[in-house]
Amino acid sequence: MNRLTLILCVLALLAIGPLSVQAQDKVITMSTTTSTEASGLLDYLLPEFKKDTGITVRVMSKGTGAALRDGMDGNADVVFVHDVAREHQFVEEGYGTKRYYVMYNDFIIVGPDSDPAGINDAPDAVSAMKLIAEARKPFVSRGDDSGTHAREKQLWEATGLALADVKSPVDAAGWYFSIGQGMGPALLMAEEMQGYVLSDRGTYLQYKYGRQETYDLGIAYEGGDMLQNPYGVIPVNPEKHPHVKYDLARTLAEWLVSDRGQEVIGSYQLQDQPLFFPDAK
Amino acid sequence: MDFLIQSLGEAFHMLWSLDPELYYIVYVSLYVSFFSTIIASIMGVPLGFFIAVNEFRGKRAVITVLNTLLALPTVVIGLFVYAFLSRRGLLGFWGILYTPAAIIIGQVILILPWVATFTVSAVSRIDDRYRRTAMTLGANAIQTSLAIAREARFGILAAIIAAFGRVIAEIGIAMMLGGNIKGFTRTMTTAMALEHNKGEFVLAVALGVVLLTVSLLMNIFLQLVQGRYGGNR
Repeated sequence: MNRLTLILCVLALLAIGPLSVQAQDKVITMSTTTSTEASGLLDYLLPEFKKDTGITVRVMSKGTGAALRDGMDGNADVVFVHDVAREHQFVEEGYGTKRYYVMYNDFIIVGPDSDPAGINDAPDAVSAMKLIAEARKPFVSRGDDSGTHAREKQLWEATGLALADVKSPVDAAGWYFSIGQGMGPALLMAEEMQGYVLSDRGTYLQYKYGRQETYDLGIAYEGGDMLQNPYGVIPVNPEKHPHVKYDLARTLAEWLVSDRGQEVIGSYQLQDQPLFFPDAK
Repeated sequence: MDFLIQSLGEAFHMLWSLDPELYYIVYVSLYVSFFSTIIASIMGVPLGFFIAVNEFRGKRAVITVLNTLLALPTVVIGLFVYAFLSRRGLLGFWGILYTPAAIIIGQVILILPWVATFTVSAVSRIDDRYRRTAMTLGANAIQTSLAIAREARFGILAAIIAAFGRVIAEIGIAMMLGGNIKGFTRTMTTAMALEHNKGEFVLAVALGVVLLTVSLLMNIFLQLVQGRYGGNR
């Protein structure tokens, strides 16, 4: 009996421990895209935010689709994502209070230096995608409803190729691989296959230079309007989910678009290259 | 709670309407698990049998090693096999990373110790008198082994079915070595993880239903076999 009591006490302490910490500290949960975390930005940004405001941010990084879903279900206090169309829809449907435009970076098409599909000199990103499809060279698709995947789908639509329901090329056998994983695994798989992949620049630079291992794919195509990648932050609407910590979430959003937040974002660099460009209006 | 009930309803509709994507995922899972179980059984049953019927130096050590391997985490196996099959790895020239073959290799490593260990314990449990009786009746070594195997068949069958259950439900190896490629290496478990990542639940719930059904059928099959042939033991 004594032993049982002891075990129960220990269990009770274990259960109360984390709860009491949560009650005292100012903690919010943010659901975000893999690119903000994998690029190392959040590790650099959030400690500065905590220094200024005392708020701890717990980060769950997923695809943009899943992050927005967390917001819709009230599983996160704030979302930080990159798919403008769905972000506006999220606010219009009342799940979020307001979209704050924070920053942008750009997408690039990563591929082998030998450039087997010959996209280096393509006139624009859409033609580059079309060349890959016509040459039937390996292309790794995120396939996970993320912001990057959404952009890839827009590019395929613009090529005018025959597309399946999920906006992937109909004639996909043997070269188009939809893997349903984050940016990192997609980059690694493209390297294994010596194929192409659409990536955000931040995650690519992190994989190319920020690790001990080498990464032997290069930038096969970059530049142009079609590859711009804007990020927004949206506090979850407390009218939908009364339990969310709206005040703290709004503090985060406003800090990110403040001069101070913008300066921190702009000063994050990897290999002397800025990864994100602060662009709050 | 609503979303689970709603997803369940849509999931059954998906199963009923023979959704091709869903059934292809189920097919890949069954295919990969079937072959890894067969290969692991072809290697593991004789190995376990050999260990059980022979006395040799270091037998206990071998059994201890096998028991330890039972606890091998799937991600460790995944990482290990990945290192070999990666383009930079020793066997990179095979070019089978991110194919069903890679998943099968990883899964065989996962369940080989299971099949071998459970075969050892099933065979060891058979009374030594069977062996001696068979030999006094003039059976040679092979006939004696067959007689023992006949006696231990339910234990061995249970080991194989348990191994199948283990591989069809595992995710680490399938994700790391298969890569969750749609229509190629996407299995039930990796598809469920993906759907959860996407924030979609219907397909995940449907696959969960299939996964449970497969386990149930395997166990019913085992019960039937034991009931029919095992009653007079």
